[in-house]
Amino acid sequence: MQFAPDEASEEPRTRKRALGIEDSRFVGQSVERVEDAALLSGRGRYIDDLGHKPGTLHAAILRSPHAHADILGIDAEAARALPGVVAVLTGHDLADVAGPLVPALRAAVDARAIAVDRVRYVGEPVAVVVAQDRYLAEDGCDLIEVEYRVRPAVVDPLAALAAEAPVLHEGVGRNLVSDRTFRYGDPEAAFAQAPHTLSVTVRYPRNTGSPMETYGVVAEYDPSDDSYDLLANFQGPFSIHAVVARALKVPGNRLRLRTPPDSGGSFGVKQGVAPYAVLICAAARKVGRPVKWIEDRMEHLAASVSATNRVTTLTAAFDGEGRITALDWDQVEDCGATLRAPEPATLYRMHGNMTGAYAIRHLRIRNRVVVTNKTPTGLVRGFGGPQVYYPLERLVHRIAFALNLDPLDVIRRNLIPSDAFPYRTATGALYDSGDYRRALDEAVRDGGLDALRRRRAEARAEGRLYGIGFTAAVEPSVSNMGYITTVLTAAERAKAGPKNGAQATATVTLDPVGSVTVQVASVPQGQGHRTVLAQVVADVFGIPLDQVRVTVDLDTAKDAWSIASGNYSSRFAAAVAGVAHQAATRLRDRLALVAAAQLNVRAEDLVFAGGRVASRTNPDAALPFARVAATSHWSPGLVPDEVGAVIRETAFWTPPELIAPDEGDAINSSLCHGFIFDFCGVEVDRETGKLVIDRYVSMHDCGRILHPGMVEGQVRGGFAQALGAAVYEELAYGEDGAFLSGTLADYLLPTATEIPDLDVLHLESPSPFTPLGAKGVGEGNCMSTPVCLANAVADALGLEAIDLPLTPAKLAALAARGEEPAPPQGRAAQAAIRPGDRTLRGTGEARVAATPEAVWAMLLDPAVLTSVIPGAHGVRKLSDTHFRADVTLGVGPVKGRYKADITLSDLDPPRAATLSGAVTGALGNGGGSGRITLAPDGRGGTRIGYAYEASVGGKVAAVGGRLLDGAARVIIGGFFSALARRAGGGEARPGLLRRLLVRLGFSA
Amino acid sequence: MPRLDAVRRHEIVFSLNGAPARVEVEPRTLLTDALRHGLGMTGTHVGCEHGVCGACTVAIDGEPARACLTLAVAVEGCEVRTVEALAPEPGRLGVLQAAFRRHHALQCGFCTAGILMSLDAYLRCRPHATRAELTEVIGGHLCRCTGYAPIIAAAVEAAAVLRGESIEETPSHA
Amino acid sequence: MKPARFDYLRAASLDEALAAIARHGDEARIVAGGQSLVPMLNMRLTKPGLLVDVMRIETLRTPRRENGALVVPAGTRQAILLDRPHVADELPLLAAALPFVGHVQTRARGTLCGSVAHADPSAEIPLCLVALEGEVHLRSAKRARRVRADDFFVGMMVTDRAHDELVEAIGLPLRAPGTGYAFAEVGRRHGDFAIVACAAVVDGRRMRLAVGGVADRPTARDWPLLDGTALDDALNALAWDLGAGEDIHATARYRRDLVRRLGRRVLEQAAEEARRCQG
Repeated sequence: MQFAPDEASEEPRTRKRALGIEDSRFVGQSVERVEDAALLSGRGRYIDDLGHKPGTLHAAILRSPHAHADILGIDAEAARALPGVVAVLTGHDLADVAGPLVPALRAAVDARAIAVDRVRYVGEPVAVVVAQDRYLAEDGCDLIEVEYRVRPAVVDPLAALAAEAPVLHEGVGRNLVSDRTFRYGDPEAAFAQAPHTLSVTVRYPRNTGSPMETYGVVAEYDPSDDSYDLLANFQGPFSIHAVVARALKVPGNRLRLRTPPDSGGSFGVKQGVAPYAVLICAAARKVGRPVKWIEDRMEHLAASVSATNRVTTLTAAFDGEGRITALDWDQVEDCGATLRAPEPATLYRMHGNMTGAYAIRHLRIRNRVVVTNKTPTGLVRGFGGPQVYYPLERLVHRIAFALNLDPLDVIRRNLIPSDAFPYRTATGALYDSGDYRRALDEAVRDGGLDALRRRRAEARAEGRLYGIGFTAAVEPSVSNMGYITTVLTAAERAKAGPKNGAQATATVTLDPVGSVTVQVASVPQGQGHRTVLAQVVADVFGIPLDQVRVTVDLDTAKDAWSIASGNYSSRFAAAVAGVAHQAATRLRDRLALVAAAQLNVRAEDLVFAGGRVASRTNPDAALPFARVAATSHWSPGLVPDEVGAVIRETAFWTPPELIAPDEGDAINSSLCHGFIFDFCGVEVDRETGKLVIDRYVSMHDCGRILHPGMVEGQVRGGFAQALGAAVYEELAYGEDGAFLSGTLADYLLPTATEIPDLDVLHLESPSPFTPLGAKGVGEGNCMSTPVCLANAVADALGLEAIDLPLTPAKLAALAARGEEPAPPQGRAAQAAIRPGDRTLRGTGEARVAATPEAVWAMLLDPAVLTSVIPGAHGVRKLSDTHFRADVTLGVGPVKGRYKADITLSDLDPPRAATLSGAVTGALGNGGGSGRITLAPDGRGGTRIGYAYEASVGGKVAAVGGRLLDGAARVIIGGFFSALARRAGGGEARPGLLRRLLVRLGFSA
Repeated sequence: MPRLDAVRRHEIVFSLNGAPARVEVEPRTLLTDALRHGLGMTGTHVGCEHGVCGACTVAIDGEPARACLTLAVAVEGCEVRTVEALAPEPGRLGVLQAAFRRHHALQCGFCTAGILMSLDAYLRCRPHATRAELTEVIGGHLCRCTGYAPIIAAAVEAAAVLRGESIEETPSHA
Repeated sequence: MKPARFDYLRAASLDEALAAIARHGDEARIVAGGQSLVPMLNMRLTKPGLLVDVMRIETLRTPRRENGALVVPAGTRQAILLDRPHVADELPLLAAALPFVGHVQTRARGTLCGSVAHADPSAEIPLCLVALEGEVHLRSAKRARRVRADDFFVGMMVTDRAHDELVEAIGLPLRAPGTGYAFAEVGRRHGDFAIVACAAVVDGRRMRLAVGGVADRPTARDWPLLDGTALDDALNALAWDLGAGEDIHATARYRRDLVRRLGRRVLEQAAEEARRCQG
């Protein structure tokens, strides 16, 4: 990676000067990153690598195995008695010091960091165990017994809207927490006049960013001044610092947030540290010692943060050439169990660009937000973009097919014209710059679309399933702090006061030997901010890169920051690098005055280059940069009075374009708008349903590129995450709210062997609104790629509708021609299973030697039940038909102790009874019921028939349906087989269990 | 050997990056925790603790191993190598590390140590590894930042340099 | 995700290991490579009282040829076997399947016997053992016995092993003359557990197909040499008999489809190879 001095012709140099940099040696070059040597040598300083104060305790969190339940009691006596455990803290114990986290929307939702009396999603914190080390804290969790009363759960956002749906928050009274309708232009007229209309309905699933480093918090409370010291790998402060301080009931200056120097990735997700910051701060206060918590991967997958799932119906009005005149959006956003700040931001982040890259002037939008029994949602790379572009770009493809047009022509026809920038969209965004048609044409040419079309024709001629998909998308960056207030009505906004802007800040400091330190509140999560800031500032001062040192670990007690500070909405290159440039430029201009006084030249004639401050006209009139920079330290007397001390400069910058939503709900939701045009060719393997990406081309216009290597890295990284979201990943829930993707063997992230070649192209349309002309680039492919792949798959398979993820099983079913071969004669087909239905069903029959009356007596006898409930350690009889037992259940090595509750009902002696049971334990919970029928077999014995339904939740469900659903079946089957064995008078022979299970349909 | 009692700590002795190391652990202590919190070798990271992500990969007796799936007591007498041993001297990078930096093969850097250790172990036994083989080795790790392409490019280039071949000076992001 | 407490014994000899598991029964667990057991320990799905580490037992380290089989003892790591010279000649089916077992990093630690003892129904090594009609060599302090692979695997992570027994070795029949072998699997990603894995063994008289990932254990079927619709019917019957389930990765229908399709593919490949070597 060479970075030779830029000795290019005068023309680009002039252009760069216009953008504010005199001598651009580093900006625009792929210099090696200053971060890397330490990270490659094991010298990173991530949160769990930092030493902590002696006496620091370690926390583990006991979490709900239920999607929806009342907490009837928590027995932590045994855990508290365990040597090494210092405290067990429940929601009630912490309620006085940890209040709710206020959402962006005034709604009576319970948004606490830990459950009080009620759990609403699997993984919700129920108790915190604080102990000498993490191992002991987990031992403590195992010893806590929580009694739950399970409530019905709702996981589907549309089902949550139904009148009869279980309500999550009684204070709201229903699951719909926001319902707003917007109207821009004259959509009714446009629809009335349009020759054609078409709708798509999309169910966008849940996924998450899965950074390799999980959450971490170290907190300490100082009672002498009622303050918290919080170290967290949080990506803020941004608006959430205020939310956390308020939850902890202290003013902002009593919540000192520090972030570690390095972060193991975020992709938005580390925003979700906030409730845990509250929880661990509160725990630290209660135990009077510092407390550290490092989240583990199972906690992270179950309960950190998810992108929203959304059900969207999008309708377009269009003419015979595919020109779209109006859109009608109906979005139902699922934010999970509560609205966690800043939600429902996901739904409103894109509000200014709901028309994407297209010149569409008439819109109607209905936005509804619902709560369901799933993990609360929050920031995930792409934030609201994938959920919008999926229906929009599917619809554009559908229009093309409906009119028998090429989708590329329909896209091109609708693009915002090149001469229209800056372009105000119908919903209020001001698109800063771009040349969409040129980007599209260059991508088609340089990306080889013609060749791809030939490949499709050849493949199809051979009967293969090959398709091509396109996407055009506008990538917003640098969020307006006011966009989320679009969820409020104009009247509500007027009452609350306007919110707007996007304050960015940077501090540049000169030390006594003339080296330069830059401090920003951008809280990087691996993106290389230190390198880019060093490039920018070194160029401003004309000094070598290594003379600039950048610190990015934040301390809200000491550093400059604002409510917009943090790592989100791709704001770094556009806003933070720009404000660093401003701070450095201000210092430079004042240094020029210092040097001018000493050199006796005009400051305007001085140029900062090559480590010197020299006269443009007389090169002999020069001083070393370090000398000039150190002047205010060593010789303030040499500094002209009117200049003041030239040591440190803190700049703040907020773009004037980011104004609050207007009366008509028009909102410029983001400052910058990059453009993406993607296309791809894919093949679906007929035999396996596997998706093979033949070629993927991604054209980006992200304005001025500050570091090509990093832009490339952002695009490739975003693409890989998008591929995961499109094909491999899903945070899956059962209908009962059981969480099913609890390990990285269930939540599948793409690896090196899954990533296809990616052809990345660029066009640069500098933003006129940012100091350096740069725009964000990191999120675009998360928005464009899922739908581009889906469009290609739809083309390959001739589909009208397809939802993510594009799993092989789904594609194979869609590609299948004809019915499945029937089972052989005399063998019943398996009952079709409804998607999401996780009920285990079984039926069976056994013959035993005892009479029905004798078997009946056994069923009502605790001693018999003790012997037939697998692993029972004694049964307590609460009534004639109600029993409790401690049981040990296990299959192979997977063993756990459970509490079982068994009831007999619908008694029809001695012919039939219904046996219901529920087991709960550390490994999870199960429940079910079986109808047992007894009939004389005509030979003095009894024919026992049984049919049962059961379901399993908690850890057992989360760590792998693949492994453990089967195990659960064996456990449940064990009960029935034991009953049969017992009723048979102990004549069970080895292998009976297995044969019974075979009969029950468990195995071949 | 005597049975190690679950509730006591036991001293284990092994070779860590060429030097003798001693650390007291419980039988259940994972090697990740022994290295990081017992010995202060925090370069080995913990990503999933169930053997999937590969962030904690170290070399045990020259072979790659998930430290999170290894009990510390099981490395008694073994040779363990971690990322801290890769650089030839402080302030310099080894061939593989330098190739990673050249190719922007890391962003947040959290997964990087594990990938370096896998590739280092692999290339020591198989200097002629092909791109496909190296991709499979990297396929045993999760990286959420880079999209893998620059990691593969860095591995291929490092293999060539280690074989003594001259490399083409191509920009890594081409 | 930290294990619950357990005692630990690094057995220096087979006798020491067998004595420990005889004494502690179901409370004891054998650990070899740890690639299946330790994740379960970390998740606290299993909480043994004692772990008996058999990896330092010299006599359990090296595979040996014996009566037409390769006997692979408890301490042999998967990577060692894959690197064995001529493994593709000795055990073509295993050589084809082993690269699908986890990743380089887990094969470097994981053992063949560990995978067999763990008895995951999707795992490749148990599937090959069943397809090849291999044996599991079990030993306790009192006795040694050999169990046919078909009888060893009982269900999901459940085997015929008694609590006081160690899977001392597995016996994998060596390539037989005039016999063809083929393996194929479909997983979500490379290195994942298979959604469906198929292993075929075909000679001049008979074809055998073993299927993993569908039933609760690897399951094999023998047929005379079939082709055409007779083969379709046989595969269809097998697909339905296996009682495929649904999970977040695949539907039951998809699994049945893969049994029919992959099954046919590997049987045809193996038959072709058998014809070739019969020449």
